[in-house]
Amino acid sequence: MQGNWLKSLLVAVLVLFFVPSFANDHEEKTKLDPAKLIMEHIQDAHEFHFFTLEKKDGSEFHATIPLPVIIYSNTKGISIFSSSNFHHGHASFNGYALEEGKIHAEDPKEKIIDLSITKNVVQMLLALTLLVSLMVGIANKYKKGQGVQSAPKGWQNAIEPVITFVRDEVAKPNLAGKYQKYLPYLLTVFFFILINNLFGLIPGSANVTGNIAFTIVLGVISFFVILFSTNKHFWGHIFWYPGVPMIVRFLIMLPVELLGVFTKPFALIVRLFANMVAGHIIILSFVALIFIFGSMNAIAGWGFSPLSVLFAVFIYLIEIMVAFIQAFIFTNLTAVFIGQAFEGGHEGEHH
Amino acid sequence: MDLLLPGIGLLFWTLLAFGMVFFLLRKYAWKIIIDSLSEREQGIAASLDAAKKVKAEMAQLKSENEALMAQAREERSQMLKEAKETKDKLINDAKDQAKAEAAKILADANAAIHSQKMAVLTEIKNQIGNMVIEVSEKVIRKQLDNKAEQEKYIQQMAGELNQFGK
Repeated sequence: MQGNWLKSLLVAVLVLFFVPSFANDHEEKTKLDPAKLIMEHIQDAHEFHFFTLEKKDGSEFHATIPLPVIIYSNTKGISIFSSSNFHHGHASFNGYALEEGKIHAEDPKEKIIDLSITKNVVQMLLALTLLVSLMVGIANKYKKGQGVQSAPKGWQNAIEPVITFVRDEVAKPNLAGKYQKYLPYLLTVFFFILINNLFGLIPGSANVTGNIAFTIVLGVISFFVILFSTNKHFWGHIFWYPGVPMIVRFLIMLPVELLGVFTKPFALIVRLFANMVAGHIIILSFVALIFIFGSMNAIAGWGFSPLSVLFAVFIYLIEIMVAFIQAFIFTNLTAVFIGQAFEGGHEGEHH
Repeated sequence: MDLLLPGIGLLFWTLLAFGMVFFLLRKYAWKIIIDSLSEREQGIAASLDAAKKVKAEMAQLKSENEALMAQAREERSQMLKEAKETKDKLINDAKDQAKAEAAKILADANAAIHSQKMAVLTEIKNQIGNMVIEVSEKVIRKQLDNKAEQEKYIQQMAGELNQFGK
């Protein structure tokens, strides 16, 4: 019974996917544009969009969850309304229009700040709620003595090795005696990235960690943490590089070293963003290949689909690994940079 | 290019979310978890140390016991040896003493016998003397007239007595 039910569901889903693209051989208005399709999938949106159905009369049915729009305008102040008012970009509302996922004011003189609860925000908040409840739940178990006086149980067993890994392999080797001060931050960064990476892998979900805004926030926070960890030795190294002639010191070492302060967090930002976005693009490209072949010939589309799905599944598995690796790399490099910021002060010259 | 332009909304919400998550987790999760983990690790390390110590103590006790046993065994054999020596000494002493006593008794007996014999001899001599006197009396009474024979007889008797007395 269940098998049949599942099979019919699968058929239904496949039909939903294929009908619009295969059926438009003779219609030019919905010409397949894989690049646009993929970009739409990996970018933020004001609604959760699942699929679009074309009705017999030519109108479209969009299966979506509308999300709240919060806009601050220098003329109208704060306005909050549902994104369903835009009718998926087909209508403007209250002087605002939605175009390619972005809201802009119809009046060119009006400046707006879009603080909407977008797809990424909703998903991030969901993921973080889960993270916080999970961690606090575990902490309460430890508080009751489970895992301290007795053997750890359940989620404790899953989270504990990760926490000890961050502590023993990331914090301790890089931060030496000061690791306890930075451990809460490193753990938060690690799990913050990890949970959002993993949520981003759920099919149909938003690509939170593959959004530059998300990685910029984390990178800038890390930048400030690194700056607040610096000591005299670190700045001395930048402005008064030891052991080189005066002219080299000012013309080469100073700009290079000063630039290095900013490239570190920049590297963190770009690395995480590029890795996550690339993974999503590859998977979406494999799926899009089916429709590219399908638009040429229905048989080619069907014929290529097993291969495409196989590749997509393979990359998907790699992406699960990447989710962990990128969280680890971001945390580890942050720890390395913090360690560099205060190293040497008590150990003497390194160069 | 849109991909590289950060949305202000998401920047804002991410920053807010991160701040809240950091605050909540630091206060209600990390501190407790890290402390608990280190407490447990210390507990395990302490238990292992204690076990090692107990094991060392056990080994020490065992070796001490063995040493004690060996000592006791040695003492026992020493005591046995000493007892044997004492026994032998006692026996020998007793034997020696007995021998000495026996010799003394023998010597005393000999002395007594000798003195008795001498007494008896003196008695006999006296008796014989008396008898001789009596006989001599009789003889003298009988042969007083025969002077030569008298004298001869006395000489003979005296010689005999001397011989007897020796």
